[in-house]
Amino acid sequence: MSLSKEMKPVAVDLVEAVQMSATPQPIVSPLSEAEVRSIRADFPVLSQQVNGYPLVYLDNGATTQKPQAVIDRMTRFYSEEYGTVRRGVYALSAKATEAFDQVRSQVAQFLNAASEKEIVFTRGTTEAINLVAFSLGNVLLKPGDQVLISGLEHHANIVPWQEACARTGATLVVIPVLDDGSLDQTVFEGLLSPQTKILALTHVSNALGTVNPVAEMIERAHAVGAVVLIDGAQGAPHMSVDVQALDCDFYAFSSHKVYGPTGVGVLYGKYNLLEQMPPYQTGGDMILSVTFEKTTFAKPPARFEAGTPAIAEVIGLGAALDYVTSVGLDRIALTEEKLRQEATDALSGLPGLRMIGTASQKSAVLSFYLDYAHPHDIGTILDQSGVAVRAGHHCAQPVMQRFGVPATARASFSFYNTSDEITRLVSAIGEVRRIFTGSV
Amino acid sequence: MTQSGSHASDLYQQVILEHNQKPRNFKVLETANAYALGKNPLCGDQFAVYVSVSDDGTIEDIGFQGMGCAISKACASMMTTQVKGKTKVDALQLKDEFQKMLLGELNETTEAHHLGKLTMFSGVKQYPVRVKCATLAWHTLEAALEGKASEISTE
Repeated sequence: MSLSKEMKPVAVDLVEAVQMSATPQPIVSPLSEAEVRSIRADFPVLSQQVNGYPLVYLDNGATTQKPQAVIDRMTRFYSEEYGTVRRGVYALSAKATEAFDQVRSQVAQFLNAASEKEIVFTRGTTEAINLVAFSLGNVLLKPGDQVLISGLEHHANIVPWQEACARTGATLVVIPVLDDGSLDQTVFEGLLSPQTKILALTHVSNALGTVNPVAEMIERAHAVGAVVLIDGAQGAPHMSVDVQALDCDFYAFSSHKVYGPTGVGVLYGKYNLLEQMPPYQTGGDMILSVTFEKTTFAKPPARFEAGTPAIAEVIGLGAALDYVTSVGLDRIALTEEKLRQEATDALSGLPGLRMIGTASQKSAVLSFYLDYAHPHDIGTILDQSGVAVRAGHHCAQPVMQRFGVPATARASFSFYNTSDEITRLVSAIGEVRRIFTGSV
Repeated sequence: MTQSGSHASDLYQQVILEHNQKPRNFKVLETANAYALGKNPLCGDQFAVYVSVSDDGTIEDIGFQGMGCAISKACASMMTTQVKGKTKVDALQLKDEFQKMLLGELNETTEAHHLGKLTMFSGVKQYPVRVKCATLAWHTLEAALEGKASEISTE
């Protein structure tokens, strides 16, 4: 299942370069304060008070809030357009099917997939990874083979592969994490071998924010013939993703982390691979014909979408992608990078604060530990000031073990967050210090 | 959540913070004849509770080890000071009363109870997600005294 790679041109033609510079490109800039204010007004949840203070929502790594456009789109769909998809001959069903299919094309465009046939709707990133680990894992892996993952993975990109290895006799191998929270690329290269059948790697670490050099790692894994799955749950919401440029074989993300509803996710897979994979779940909608003697399965993506899908959620995902696309993924990335730098500067100087994850390439995720208070106490006290952060192991216990902490507090930002909110976070951490140490 | 009116400093009273910083009976009890390990898989907190119970069912000595948040550690510490010298039966009754107070099923100001100093944790009931922190050591003690399981989980 290895994939041949075409050589890329090494130098840009001079004439082409001149022509490129002659057409002025719009300058991509972070969102202005006024733009952020206007964006915040699109998210009804953000305007509420919590414990007497305006909410500062900094748990975007867990899930993101929903813009009114997504809520309205789903309400309108349920109020006016709802029907089942791919079955009814009546107008409602035809209309729902059309809207549903349109989102598949939209997702393909969002990821720059070659075809909408490469987009499978799942319940989320977790189900997408389970689908590949089960379906591809069962046909590809045999004793002696290796599945390579990294020490930064979320449990959702560990456990399905552990189980696939247990079923097939393959071995799970882990790329170690360096002290700054980046992956040890030297060890990674040493681990790659013809036995490496699958590399399952997170695009961005949910616990630390490390952005992995996925393009380079995919290329190296392909060189030994491995199939590569990228867990994009923390990637797709924060940067523009081009699956063809990355050349990944699979890319998974969740709607609810990209401002859409819960209950739906996306698996991108190269068609030639999807075509070779058996179904993960079976039932209605994924068949060509059924008799009691034999069933033939539909082609992908239908083969992997047994049962009535999360129709309204898919429609909602479409509205969410419209929303982030209209803001612009490049502007989102720049805005969040600015927040990351500001927040890192503001937190780094605080006494007793240890930042976990300091890689040079990071998304706006700040995981920290206070030497005077447990993360849960931090979470409770911050909440009393209206500041919502995550406290715990972030479903990444091996990352916590690597850094010798039971848990961390994690502030994860979205483009709708502001500098004022960073000030509120810092002041709330000051309150933790006051309560626990008596000093101000 | 409706927590308006409550303040973090009501929850984190000085005595609680002091027990967190200097936990009492924070030791492995070599003479223990009852033991259990309690875990909260949601947050990774865990405490081991060691008890030395006499033939007539009195808790002669008790120790605990482990790690957790200030609430769980202070609760474990104060639990050890409160149950030492009590009978198993009385200790388990105290556990029930403590749990009921945190779940809002026992009003510690109007109803009869044996909680004594433990009422200082009544503020935890304003924080439903933290009740498991406060009861972790008590569940572990119960498991140790009843000898049914050497390891328990809050989930």
